[in-house]
Amino acid sequence: MNETAIELIGINKRFGLVHANKDISLKVRKGTIHGIIGENGAGKSTLMSILYGFYEADSGEILVDGTKRKITNPNEAIAAGIGMVHQHFMLVDNFTVLENIMLGAEDSAILNKGIARARAELKRLERDYALEVDPDAVIEELPVGLQQRVEILKALYRGAEILILDEPTGVLTPPEADHLFRILGQLKDQGKTIIFITHKLREIMAITDEVSVMRQGELVGTRQTADTSVEELASLMVGRRVLLRVEKGPANPGDVKLSVRNLTVKDSRGVTVVDNVSLDVRAGEIVGIAGVAGNGQSQLLETIAGIRTASGGEVYLNGKPVDISGKADPAELRRRGLAHVPEDRHHMGLILEFEEAESAILGYHDQPDYLNGVFLNVDAIRKDAEAKIKAYDIRPANARLKTANFSGGNQQKVVLAREIEQDPDVLIIGQPTRGVDVGAIEFIHKRIIEMRDAGKAVLLVSVELDEIRALSDRILVMFAGRVVGERDGEAGEDDLGLLMAGIEEDREAAE
Amino acid sequence: MATPYAKLPGWVEYVLIPLINLIVAFAVAGLVVLLVGQSPIRAATLLVDGAFGYGEGIGYTLYYATTFIFTGLAVAVAFHCKLFNIGGEGQAYIGGIGVALACLTFDTILPWYLTFIVATIGAALFGAAWAFIPAYLRAKRGSHIVITTIMFNFIASSVMIYLLVEVMKPAGTMSPQTRTFGEGGQLPQLDWLMAIFGLDIGGAPFNVSFLLALAAAVFVWVLIWRTKLGYEIRTMGFSEKAARYAGIKDSRIIIIAMLISGALAGMMALNPIMGEQGRMQLDFVAGAGFVGIAVALMGRSHPAGIIPAAILFGMLYQGGAEISFEMPEISRDMIVIIQGLVILFAGALENTFRPAISRFFGARAAKTPPVSVGSAG
Ligand SMILES: Nc1ncnc2c1ncn2[C@@H]1O[C@H](COP(=O)(O)OP(=O)(O)OP(=O)(O)O)[C@@H](O)[C@H]1O
Ligand SMILES: [Mg+2]
Repeated sequence: MNETAIELIGINKRFGLVHANKDISLKVRKGTIHGIIGENGAGKSTLMSILYGFYEADSGEILVDGTKRKITNPNEAIAAGIGMVHQHFMLVDNFTVLENIMLGAEDSAILNKGIARARAELKRLERDYALEVDPDAVIEELPVGLQQRVEILKALYRGAEILILDEPTGVLTPPEADHLFRILGQLKDQGKTIIFITHKLREIMAITDEVSVMRQGELVGTRQTADTSVEELASLMVGRRVLLRVEKGPANPGDVKLSVRNLTVKDSRGVTVVDNVSLDVRAGEIVGIAGVAGNGQSQLLETIAGIRTASGGEVYLNGKPVDISGKADPAELRRRGLAHVPEDRHHMGLILEFEEAESAILGYHDQPDYLNGVFLNVDAIRKDAEAKIKAYDIRPANARLKTANFSGGNQQKVVLAREIEQDPDVLIIGQPTRGVDVGAIEFIHKRIIEMRDAGKAVLLVSVELDEIRALSDRILVMFAGRVVGERDGEAGEDDLGLLMAGIEEDREAAE
Repeated sequence: MATPYAKLPGWVEYVLIPLINLIVAFAVAGLVVLLVGQSPIRAATLLVDGAFGYGEGIGYTLYYATTFIFTGLAVAVAFHCKLFNIGGEGQAYIGGIGVALACLTFDTILPWYLTFIVATIGAALFGAAWAFIPAYLRAKRGSHIVITTIMFNFIASSVMIYLLVEVMKPAGTMSPQTRTFGEGGQLPQLDWLMAIFGLDIGGAPFNVSFLLALAAAVFVWVLIWRTKLGYEIRTMGFSEKAARYAGIKDSRIIIIAMLISGALAGMMALNPIMGEQGRMQLDFVAGAGFVGIAVALMGRSHPAGIIPAAILFGMLYQGGAEISFEMPEISRDMIVIIQGLVILFAGALENTFRPAISRFFGARAAKTPPVSVGSAG
């Protein structure tokens, strides 16, 4: 099959001064998986939002199945057979799967009739595409991987022939991602067309048929996946050669800066999420914590940072104890030399409604540099933000823009710049490059290694095994709240993978 | 999650959209007037004329506006901390005690401007004190601020009845009010200010507390956007998680924000007590605490929006009084309905016309004719 499912002609979109999409023309062939990659802020989400009717292009045309369509809102996109799976799911948390799938597509005012029909239709979709979910499960009780499946089902239920997925794997664990790829393969076999945005070039190579590259609002090339390589794609994206693995010299560990002893943390329901964990991080080394998401790494970081209460154990920062009984003051810990890049940048690391310059002092807003007595020293704050924008190449370079209007990777750089530039003794980082493009990953990794070489202690949590292996001098693997193994930085992928799956080294029978 | 709206030019966002909401509110109000068999044109003329047509009318409009600026700012400060302070009514009422005590003590000893300072402090202290208990319960026990502040409105009302009937009423008089203050307890009119514009405010009680209200507006702007405390209040308001991360002490910030909110609401009492009546009467707040909610919503919790919104509601009060005087068929309650419509369209239905408007501007930028407006996405 070689017909064109979607054709975009000369799409332009500006946001004020930012030219987010410049004259973009793109053909997506029917029954293929088409990847779209590009730096943070390259305009990928914007282009997809135009296709899905969230934004209207300033100029340009959209052809679906060869016919010109006017798509000014998502309803019209759905009518044209286009469905979208959003990066941040748009599901009603306390509704069941079935209710969510029907929402907005109830065909009559009398729900009961519709429900029976929807249930039957859902059964059929599940069977055809191997997308099992319990229709009566409540969304908030489902893991993200399943929630995403619900989003896909929702689009299919509305008759989508073309499915857009914007960074669908960012929130998934590796097995969940594998499962998603199998589903996408099946959809493709059934003749559906899939547009797939990701920052992970490996995924592009694994599942797409064609890939288009965007840079600074322009479409700089489309390749047959079979004819290209990760290196070529990376350099097309960034416009220069990219080091996919930053070089680092041997570590030169010094004194213990951060010490965790028998730490145990329970969540709000009383379930133990961190179980008797002990670790040391020395000056001048990077300790990585590997593990499948949800095995206690997040809670471990938050407890060390003074945000969460521990039920037992001790934490020492620079040799002095840290109060982990819930009365710890994160501001006090900052003064004692701890910096924290939180995993959840949207709800914790930044205030999306703030100007960038305001987000860039979150947590440090009580430092004398930023204050004039009780007043904010707005000039100093903006100057400081502008300097960091420059040093970290944050785009667009406008400290007064709302934080929400920066793309994901640039938001991450805002947080990193803030924490690293405070020159802390101990840096704890959760998911430093989630949603970040290859060029920025290179930059961020370099900065983290520079921190180490400057004698800082770095504790790193990431679900990306590649990242852990690229950066860490020592690797701890967490499973079910416990540290189940320690390896040096050269550990093999398979070895770590087994540990991550909970198969302990000294245990004979694996579950 | 709502459809992300395209960014609109500032004047569209802050002028055009509120204006369209307002016009629709008045159009619907006109229909209501038609429904009771009256001429909406005549009502509209009376409204505008009554509020702005002559010096005394303007004086009254600004007198009411003064009250609403205080209560609007009060709601706004709490709102920046994501606290819905419904208790402005009660805080203003209790704030009256501070004003009355100051005036009863000093009205024969001090000149008005000194009494005014003491009364302002008194009003703020009493208003803040009344907000403190709900704030404390919210901060330490997690009680819902909406519920507690509403309950405190009722308690305030009972307390004031008791005080005015049993304690503050001079012996031998019949009505539940304090004695009339001497000259040192009454605020001068701002007739000289209006005279600059060639206006004679006649008997209108437009007084010095208007200037205090403007100062309070500047204070709130500086507080929220230019101080460390304001930064912490806004951080709390947007994300409790982020506040925790930043080491901001949530209970402390909640209590402080509510104290400031209560103090601003309390200061409202200066206007009717010292500025108009020269004594404290039962029920002098008369719903201004609730109007403050609408004013803050309409003014988007920004002083620069709150002042015009307060003047608009001042106009509705003064012009509305004029309508019910001249057109007896339109009762006082009808005026309340009209005010309700303004609140509905300007506050609750604020986004009704936004999709169509952003589409219009989106389409205009594309240099193609605007597309027909379908169902909003
Ligand atoms: N609503 C908006 N208002 C102003 N600017 C915006 C808005 N949405 C996006 N932008 C800007 O448009 C550009 C493109 O953003 P977009 O979100 O499409 O990037 P992206 O390629 O999806 O990046 P990422 O990989 O980080 O998700 C960025 O510079 C961004 O700051
Ligand atoms: Mg994006």
